Order: sequence, then structure tokens, then C-alpha cells
Amino acid sequence: MFGLTKKDTLLLIVVAILTMAAPFLLNPFPSGSAMAQFNAGYPDLMQRFVIYGLFAIGFNLLFGLTGYLSFGHAAFLGVGSYSAVWMFKLLSMNVIPAIILSVIVAALFSLLIGFISLRRSGIYFSILTLAFAQMSFNLAYSVLTPITNGETGLQITLDDPRILGVSRTESGGIPVTNLFGAEMRSTYEMHVGSWLFQFNTGYYLCAVLMLLGFYLSIRIFRSPFGMMLRAVKSNQNRLRYTGLNTKPYTLAAFVISGMYAGLAGGLLACMDPLAGAERMQWTASGEVVLMTILGGAGTLLGPVLGAGFIKYFENIFSKINDTILHQWFSALPDGLEDAMVFLVHPFIGKGWSLTLGITFMLVVIFLPGGLIEGGQRIGRLFRRRTAKPAPDSAPSSTPAE
Amino acid sequence: MDAILLQVLNGLDKGSAYALIALGLTLIFGTLGVVNFAHGALFMLGAFCAVTLQKILTISFEVVDPTRLDFLGNPLKVKTPYVVSWFGEAAGNGIIAWSVPLAILFAIPVMIAIGFAMERGLIKHFYKRPHADQILVTFGLAIVLQEIIKYFFGANPIPTPAPPAFTGSFDFGVLLGFDPNVIIYPYWRLVYFAFSAVIIGCVFAFLQFTTFGMVVRAGMADRETVGLLGINIDKRFTIMFGLAAAVAGVAGVMYAPINSPNYHMGMDFLVLSFVVVVVGGMGSLPGAVLAGFLLGILESFASMNEIKSILPGIDQIIIYLVAIIILLTRPRGLMGRKGVMED
Repeated sequence: MFGLTKKDTLLLIVVAILTMAAPFLLNPFPSGSAMAQFNAGYPDLMQRFVIYGLFAIGFNLLFGLTGYLSFGHAAFLGVGSYSAVWMFKLLSMNVIPAIILSVIVAALFSLLIGFISLRRSGIYFSILTLAFAQMSFNLAYSVLTPITNGETGLQITLDDPRILGVSRTESGGIPVTNLFGAEMRSTYEMHVGSWLFQFNTGYYLCAVLMLLGFYLSIRIFRSPFGMMLRAVKSNQNRLRYTGLNTKPYTLAAFVISGMYAGLAGGLLACMDPLAGAERMQWTASGEVVLMTILGGAGTLLGPVLGAGFIKYFENIFSKINDTILHQWFSALPDGLEDAMVFLVHPFIGKGWSLTLGITFMLVVIFLPGGLIEGGQRIGRLFRRRTAKPAPDSAPSSTPAE
Repeated sequence: MDAILLQVLNGLDKGSAYALIALGLTLIFGTLGVVNFAHGALFMLGAFCAVTLQKILTISFEVVDPTRLDFLGNPLKVKTPYVVSWFGEAAGNGIIAWSVPLAILFAIPVMIAIGFAMERGLIKHFYKRPHADQILVTFGLAIVLQEIIKYFFGANPIPTPAPPAFTGSFDFGVLLGFDPNVIIYPYWRLVYFAFSAVIIGCVFAFLQFTTFGMVVRAGMADRETVGLLGINIDKRFTIMFGLAAAVAGVAGVMYAPINSPNYHMGMDFLVLSFVVVVVGGMGSLPGAVLAGFLLGILESFASMNEIKSILPGIDQIIIYLVAIIILLTRPRGLMGRKGVMED
């Protein structure tokens, strides 16, 4: 179906069902219960899941397939956000032109940067992309203030022209982002027993786009073009010796992944119409690297998993504080309770980055294939246990790739 | 003329820091072949060695002084650092004031130990993995080190003053026959420059004139052959890693009075130092030093108002711009060796 093999179709359908049902699945605990803090089914977080998933899918198309490690991808995200907000300021609050412009601008920007950076490879490529991203970040902060509004960040105001829309609503407020009238922030709430499920328009827009992006990435992975990119990763020199020019392929991959980043940036702006320079900082580029590696670079599902993992735990861990810890360990004797709280304390709340850093190091050291490889190893373990004969036939299959 | 000289001087202190960090990075890359993204974190740890020593020295006990009253009329509580009560008023306060230079003695063993632990515990296992993996794992380590420091010292910069003898500025211009008050330069920055020159000189002399350094250089050129000659080159490379960590550490210690240390200062310097290393040429020690000073001075030139009025924003991007141009026109960097990471 859709030009995919059976296995890929199945994967796509499973992912589609999971994203569509996310408001249910991410809210397994009744609201008001002690476990409710682990719920992730609120619009803001779900939007970030899919948007950063999209960002990571795009990054993976470059890093996972060609092996070029870009440390400047956040620049495209930032550019996407800025162009989307400008569209809101000048044209209308409809998200469609904003998204289209953000993808186009990011594509042009990544074409420029990619054309220059891809003249080198390895660490030099990483440094070049990093240099470009830092340049954009510094410029956005200083000289380009008329375009980017510097430190404050670009926001929509009441005085913006918005030629196709209205400058201000009838009640005098700033209009909200919408898709032909469907407001991005509108949320339908469904009460089932003590559960509360929220269905957010913005989330579903992002989810649909994410699924489209995911589908496209499957197609690219399976295409001759994707094959060529993988060949670049395994041995670029040999490819060149056969008389092939690899540059168009790597550049195409770079631009495509830049467009994904631009789309993600545009969507971020659609959900919350402001754009700041800090989105372009190299730590933001580092984050998408973390997501992709954590999930599993070079796999289809890995980046989405990684993005979800990081964004989920970032939210949950940051919310936990000492009081909650004391509740958890209240079953233990007093001295032990305090000791446990003391031990766990550095890793929660503001210490989330510490947990992330440690997790990331452990994954790089022990699981270079990321969470996906971890899952495969566990799966293999079970398979070996159930089907004892055939000890050497198991490995070569890579179901999720 | 005087304006140019002033900018050169201004560039020197930042250039010194870049050169020291880049020197360490290059040492590690040249010997172990590892791209160490945690090197900025080592610089930051060095700066926090100074902070720690300052905090240790100022640990105080409170004495109630009944002869004096505070503004509420209660007896005044006087805090006296232990150091002062042990060594007497003058000597004790002197020690506290000189905590930053003293921290060098404290930082060297600490940083060497951290370097050993890092190399033996983590980096050792990454020699055979691709460069991307090395970058990623050291990047993770940098995050972890940074967050640990943030946990203990908080997110705010901690002022760490230089000794009073060096706090002022002096009129450099008069010395060279310019008008007074044209070129004013803080003492501590001169100290920093002189210090880094000494450190760089020491590292080069160590590599050039000692047997140990000779073996290390031989190992950098051809690790396998040196190993076949029956020399335990791994051990020496580990020592070099410790040394590189110590260089980054003392660079951080001495930088603490210039910029109050905060937990992300390492990351800020790291990006620039990598650019410096790449501009100088991967694996070339003189290249790293040269590029460090060059970029430091260029950066301060670009922040002159005359230049900013022609090219607005150039001060923000000059280093990256230079790096991009050099990388594209001279693939090996300024002084890179042939065959080292040339792709």
C-alpha cells in the first residue's frame, strides 16, 4: 500500500494509530490521582512530541543515512520559526502560508549552508555547520534585530498589517493562529469517568504532518536515492572511484533534512506564535543529535522514539520535586526515606539535564544503536529462549529499520 | 597606531585562553586520536578549582564580639576565617587574597587525576570507535560535568577576584611613548598572557627536550612502531591526557578573575576552541597556539567601533567567518600536517 512493502505499511499504520490515539494512550491515569503527574496527554506536550519527532526524522535522514554529523541543524528550525511568524505578521493568521514559507526559506538556507559545508566531511563538516549555526544565532541576536527582534524574540502585535486577515479581532485582541477558521489552540475535552482526554486541533495538524514526514522518510529510506546515501556512509571514496559525483546526493539529503527542520520550526511558531534566537543556539542543535542517537540513528522509528523519550522525561522529571519524592518513599523508614530523597534529588527537577547526560552517555557506550537496538536485543533474547535451535540465524534481521 | 596596539593587547588575553585550550585539545587529538568535546568542561572545572579553594579558605567561624554592637543594638557577630586565626591577621588575609594563584597548585593534581580517570575510565574504550562516537560520548560527559558543577555551585557566576596586587590597570601607553591614558590595560590580563606564554613554552620544551617528550612525539608520528620497540606508549599517552587536562585546568584557574566562572563557560569556550584547532590544523601544536592568538586578536579588532560601523555585526561572527574561509581554502588549516584528518 502507498508503494510500501507489507512490513513498512504495517509500521506506518501502527505509528498512525498510535499518534491518532495519543490523547488516550498518553493519559492512562485518572486526573487528580497521584499518578496523574505521569500523564503526558496534554496539548502542549503532545505537540512538542510530534514536532520534535519531525525534526529528528529530518535530522536522521542526513545523519542516519549519510553519516554526516551536523551540529547546526537548529539554525533551520529557527529560520523556519522566524519566517512563519513573519507570515502571521504580514499575511494572515492562517497556518498554511506560514508553514509553506517556513519550509521554503529553510530549504534555501540549507541549500546555501549545505553547498559550502559539504565540501568537507567528518569533523570538519561538523565544525562548519556549527560555525554557520553560531553565526546565524549571533546575527539574530545583534545586527538582524529589525528582522528577529533580538533578545525579546519575534512576536505578533496588534499593529501588524496582516493583509489577508485582520490586525485585531472584534474584541480588540490579537487574532490566534488557525487553519481556515479552526483555531490551533482549541481543545475538545472529553470526560470519561475520572479521566480527562484532550483533543487539540494543533496537535492533530502536527500529527498529520508528522505522519506525512514519516511516510516520506520511509520512502526515502527504501528508494534508490536512500541506497545511494547509505553507500556514501559506508564508503564515499569507493563511490567516487566508480565515477559517481556524491555531492548532489549529500546536498539533496542536507536540504531535505533542512526542510524537515524548517517545517518543525514553522509548526512550533504555529502552535505558539513567537520565535526567539535561542532556538538556533548550538545546544538546540545538540538536542536533536541527542534525540536521534538516543532513539537509534539510521532507523526509521528511532528518532521519533528518541524525541518522545527526551521530551517526555524532560517534562516529567522537571516537575518532580522533593515533596513528591517524600511521598514516593514514605513507605520506607524515616532515615532511609531521607537518604533516598537525598540520592535521587540531584537527578530530578532542575537536575534533569544531568539525567539526560548520563542516559545519553550510557546509550552511546553500551547501545550505539539507541533504544531501537535495545528493543531488538531484548526481542532477540526472548526469541532465543522460546526457539532454542537456530542460534546463529537470529541476528541479521532488523525489523524496525 | 595606539588604537591598533590597544586592540592587539585586548585580543591577547582571550587569545591566550583559546591557545591554551586548543593546545590541550590538539595534544589529546595528536596523541590519542580522540576528538574531546569535554575539553571545555575541563577548562570550566579548572575555574571552579579556584572557586573551591576560595570557598575553602574563607570557611569561617562566628565569634560574638561584646564590645561592638550592630545597628539593631545586639552584640556584633564577627566572622573570622580559620585561615586568619591560624596564620594571624596579615598572613591569613594575604592567603585568602592570593587564592587564585594558589589554586594553580591545587588544580594541577586535581586536574591530572580527573584526566587520568577520564582516559582510563571512558576514553580508552573509544579508540577504535568512529570519531562521531567519540564526539558524542565526550559531549555527553561535558553535559554531565557541567550539571554536576551546577548542582554544587548554582547557576550564577561566582566572582573570584584577582590578588590585590594585580587588580588595577596600568598605563601601557606611557611605557611606549604614547600619551597617558590612551592604552590602559588591566594588570591581571598581562599576568594571564605571561602565564599562558610560560605554560605553552613549558609544554613545548617538555615535548622537545625530554626523553619522555621525544617518545611521545615518536608515538604521535607512528604509534605502532614505537609500541613494537617495547615502549609502553599507552601509558605515556595517558600521562599526556592528564597533562592536557591540567593545561586546560590552569587556563581556567587563571581565567576566573577575568570572567566570573559559571557552569556553562566551558561550552562557550569549547565551540570557539574547536574552531581554533581546526583553523590551526588538526594535530599541529604550533598551529593551535598561532590560531588561538590570531583569532583572539582578530576578534578584538572586529569589535572596534570603526570596523563595526562599516560592517555591522562583524564582531559576532568574525571567528566563524575566518574558520569557514580557512577550512574551504586550506583544507589542512594553517599548519596542519599532511595526512591527518584531511578528508
